[in-house]
Amino acid sequence: MKKYYSFFKLRFATGLQYRMASVTALTTQLIWGLMECLLYKAVAEATDGRIPMDYSSIVTYIWLKESLYVLFNTWAMDNDLFAMITSGDIAYELCRPLSVYSMWFSRMTGARISEAFLRCIPVTVCAFLMPKPYRMTLPVNGAAFLFFLLTLFLALGITITFCMLVYMLCLFTVSPQGWRMVLTGAVEFLSGNVIPLPFFPKKYLFLVELSPFAYMQNVPFRIYSGDLAGAAMYPYIIKQVIWLAALMSAGIVIWKLAEKRIVVQGG
Amino acid sequence: MIEFQDIRKSYRVSKRESGLGNAVKSFFKRDYTLIEAIKGISFSIDDGEMVGYIGPNGAGKSTTIKILSGILMPDGGTCVVNGQVPWKDRKEYVRQIGVVFGQRSQLWWDIPVIDSFELLKSIYAIPSAAYRGKLDELTGLLHLEELLKTPTRQLSLGQRMRCELAASLLHDPKLLFLDEPTIGLDAVSKIAVRDFIRKLNEEHKTTVILTTHDMQDIEAITNRVILIGRGQKLMDGTLNDLRAEAASMEAETGTADSENEESDLDHMIAHLYAKLNIM
Repeated sequence: MKKYYSFFKLRFATGLQYRMASVTALTTQLIWGLMECLLYKAVAEATDGRIPMDYSSIVTYIWLKESLYVLFNTWAMDNDLFAMITSGDIAYELCRPLSVYSMWFSRMTGARISEAFLRCIPVTVCAFLMPKPYRMTLPVNGAAFLFFLLTLFLALGITITFCMLVYMLCLFTVSPQGWRMVLTGAVEFLSGNVIPLPFFPKKYLFLVELSPFAYMQNVPFRIYSGDLAGAAMYPYIIKQVIWLAALMSAGIVIWKLAEKRIVVQGG
Repeated sequence: MIEFQDIRKSYRVSKRESGLGNAVKSFFKRDYTLIEAIKGISFSIDDGEMVGYIGPNGAGKSTTIKILSGILMPDGGTCVVNGQVPWKDRKEYVRQIGVVFGQRSQLWWDIPVIDSFELLKSIYAIPSAAYRGKLDELTGLLHLEELLKTPTRQLSLGQRMRCELAASLLHDPKLLFLDEPTIGLDAVSKIAVRDFIRKLNEEHKTTVILTTHDMQDIEAITNRVILIGRGQKLMDGTLNDLRAEAASMEAETGTADSENEESDLDHMIAHLYAKLNIM
């Protein structure tokens, strides 16, 4: 465990190295968040408030999404890992007395948490200082906050195991671009990163909830904002655990297959 | 002790003629050719030996190193290193080996070298006292004092290679595989690397296998040379054996002249490759 913690720690430290990225991200996220708040305000007014989520829940959902953006975005994966796969530097990873899957998993977790840690504090502070209708609210109660934290970690796990699956598939193709584009584009939309899932038409929502994507950021954000509460939460949490286990096992199985047929090309 | 018995490895290489038509055709149906990188190579190496592994580009040198380090699984043959099969229980096996790929890097690019070292310390679960001792020793021998706090990206190639060597030796491996460790280095760095490898072998009896195209590396470091070409072992002996072989070959074909006898190592090897028809 200590070994994997070291990966986490080192990647965390590396993340702290990129200061400018944090500053620019803050501006982007604030402006984007505000734009979205205005957009949903327009939607709410145009439909006389007949929208599937409470307006204040939507605002809180948006600010959570913006402040924890890097935890869940799938298109910005660790380019170092793709570089290792295409350049063959993975050769060194294979000379280590650890499984490549676990090393990369810890590394990615470290990367995401370090970057999120730097960004979420200023964005959240600003979100609480916004003028009234656009202000982020506190969680409905203490229990909701605890469930939020629990599901947040499960959701992060699902996102990372999903990305790991993409890395593992890239071991079988020459260029990682194809897999990335198809899979990350799909996730972006289906995980509720563009539009919160309750806005999806019922029959499509049913399909989305059969996929792992509905159990990423959708769950913790809706619990925090009070949109998902009480007994309705439990099936989501159970499915989160199931998807986490399933994606991780799939990733490990693919790794085992890849391990036997890896060819590190070139001198 | 390394026992390398009749190892074979081939790669599937996709081939097509030039031109758009052929590109379209290959989109639907790929033609693959099987390239035999290694066609049954055998050798055995004793503990503490320093072996140079030479041959022209594409001879199968790196493939051999990759098999020895457990990265590649051969198609056939047996390989036992200190009682273990490299690709069988890779995670256990790699604890006793150190590998340097001259054309790749194992150090994290954006952070100081020492951070990468600390990570290796916990990956190999090196006890703190042993780690400190080894780090001090390596720092002294490779003159790393100034480099350890610098991010990898700001090191010159020579400086980085010294750090790479240190990184591969922190866990005190019994075997060291070096795949072109002096590639692209200036004279001073080359000499530093060679001296270091010699000292390492004297003090720790580390077994060293080295691939290189630099014949001076071979002359300075190794006491045995294995020559391979087209996936086969052609010669195995000391550098002087190699010289004698080259001389006798030239005598046979009647091309020997006084000038050739005095020619340097590179010329001798070039002649040898040409004579053996392995270029």
